[in-house]
Amino acid sequence: MKNKIPALLLGSAIVLAAGGGAFAQDKNIKIGVLTDNSGLYSDLGGAGSTLAAQMAVEDSGLQAKGWKIDVISADHQNKPDIGTNIARQWIDVDKVDIFMDVLNSGVALAVNNVVKEKNSIMINTGAATSDLTNAQCSPNTIHWVYDTYMLANSTGQALVKAGGDTWYFLTADYAFGAALERDTTAVVVKSGGKVLGTVKHPLNSSDFSSFLLQAQASKAKIVGLANAGGDTTNSIKQAAEFGIVKGGQRLAGLLLFITDVHSLGLNVAQGLNFTETFYWDLNDDTRKFGKRFSDRTKSKAQPSMVQAGVYSGLIHYFKALEAMGGNPHDGAKVVAKMKEMPTDDPLFGKGSIRADGRKIHPAYLFEVKKPSESKGPWDYYKLVGTTPGDQAFRPLSESACPLVKK
Amino acid sequence: MQALYAQLLVGLINGSFYALLSLGLAVIFGMLNIINFAHGALFMMGAFASWMLLNYVGIGYFPALILAPLLVGIFGIILEKTIISRLYKLDHLYGLLLTFGLSLVIEGLFRNSYGSSGMPYRIPDILQGATNLGFMYMPNYRGWVVLAAMVVCVSTWAIIEKTSLGATLRAATENAPLVQAFGVNVPRLITLTYGGGVALAAFAGVLAAPIYSVNPNMGSNFINTVFAVVVIGGMGSIMGSILTGFGLGVVEGLTKVFYPQASATVVFVVMVIVLLTRPRGLFGRAA
Repeated sequence: MKNKIPALLLGSAIVLAAGGGAFAQDKNIKIGVLTDNSGLYSDLGGAGSTLAAQMAVEDSGLQAKGWKIDVISADHQNKPDIGTNIARQWIDVDKVDIFMDVLNSGVALAVNNVVKEKNSIMINTGAATSDLTNAQCSPNTIHWVYDTYMLANSTGQALVKAGGDTWYFLTADYAFGAALERDTTAVVVKSGGKVLGTVKHPLNSSDFSSFLLQAQASKAKIVGLANAGGDTTNSIKQAAEFGIVKGGQRLAGLLLFITDVHSLGLNVAQGLNFTETFYWDLNDDTRKFGKRFSDRTKSKAQPSMVQAGVYSGLIHYFKALEAMGGNPHDGAKVVAKMKEMPTDDPLFGKGSIRADGRKIHPAYLFEVKKPSESKGPWDYYKLVGTTPGDQAFRPLSESACPLVKK
Repeated sequence: MQALYAQLLVGLINGSFYALLSLGLAVIFGMLNIINFAHGALFMMGAFASWMLLNYVGIGYFPALILAPLLVGIFGIILEKTIISRLYKLDHLYGLLLTFGLSLVIEGLFRNSYGSSGMPYRIPDILQGATNLGFMYMPNYRGWVVLAAMVVCVSTWAIIEKTSLGATLRAATENAPLVQAFGVNVPRLITLTYGGGVALAAFAGVLAAPIYSVNPNMGSNFINTVFAVVVIGGMGSIMGSILTGFGLGVVEGLTKVFYPQASATVVFVVMVIVLLTRPRGLFGRAA
């Protein structure tokens, strides 16, 4: 028994030394793309997000420098409980370092808590709720692409200015819809408009005629669609059927993705105004990325802003790790480093990350082209306005985030 | 009050889809004793078939209304001959599991090729536009859907209940060996019945294509509700499923006005109440 103790001590010393050594040179990264791989949002995130992550890994050049990078993906089925279970397993068992995409606000808010509790990292490019960088902000989360405050601010303000001063909302009945409706209402009221009413519909409703009739009866000038994905496309399609636009009311798709416009077809979608922070046809860099991306998808689809965000976010993450000389597997520390460094990538241009975790870049107000204006597949948008990054998002002075020093 | 009429009418339109789909299910369950969970996927295939006919072959909506159910019906027959027929001797549960698995496979295949956000399908020109009914602006296409659904439902009911073919069919479900002894090819009859039920789903799919986006999940959005409709109407009852389909469409429509959040659940609440008070469903016969 006696001579076992030194052996034990020696053993632990070796383990500790090995652990310490690994800390300095650990060049292993495991990326987890947590998204909707099969449901109504799987075209705007899904497999395309995983592809974008792989492209970022290839373009980073880190593998040539001896880094070992794995990308894995899972389907959270738009259910917060499934999302958190996967998140726990990924962190505890699979040793995932960083969560990408995590679309669906309900899932994102749930995973946000797990990531904070376990000191991991989430670069959220898919969820909309602005709470991720406000009351629910975390030192482990960066909200990369867009949020409900920015959408409301850009699209909402533009429509009220154009005379749309009375609103009626069709709202998806979960965290995201509520946040989008709340933020848009604030902008509408602030700009001198009025909200006449709202109807909350279950997520994944296929028939909207009932809700549209209620919107029609409200006589509001703008019918605001605080929903996303298939819910939005079905609302727009059916609004055309019921003559909402012909009757003089205007539709405001508060959150539309290029995949939605593709699904609607220009005949139905033409003239819609909405806000995005990425479009493949903005400049040479985005066109180049768009071409490479679409060549590698089966349907030849252009990337959505969510997928582009996965690429852009990872590029910045890799830069931070390279600057640190290794992967410390310490979420808060890496995120702090990422906030310190200015961002710069071909897709979103130059930008920064604020203390509350909000990534800052310009927001673009687009209008969907008429079929006659479109020159080819996926040529869908006209740029009608740009909000500079420092004005697009919620000002820090209004922030309820405890990370913001006032 | 005007708004209420409009909502009733809208409910009737949704009811048409419920009726068509639950009718197919009732026919299949009544004759084959199979709980066909693949029904939603076959409905989706009907919509995709019409989209493919238009985009790959250039065949428009009205021919597709006949062709798509025919094609999907043939697919159903192949499915029945090769896979489903092996389960007739086993418990219902096996058929349910098998068809549920089949629907996942079919939906997965379509998602893999066409993505999830859906394909646009235009309303045919002749049915474009809307008619002002005074109390609402009624899209012509929706009117057509109600009409087409009613005609198909009633003729299916008539074929099963009023013709000699229907009589043979019903006899075969009661006592297959005896009917076979009279020289009727019962297995073929069953195969054709399955094909017919599937064709009904595909027909509903074609009707749905211009209204909902043609996407791989469109069937699974409907199928749970439709099963509730069949259970409420009484498993296997033809008229029951038609009437319940239209009726529940209306109930759901009204819920969308008074408490929209519950519109996805109301059908199941009705199902619970019906099962507690009339376990065989509203129109079910005692076994």
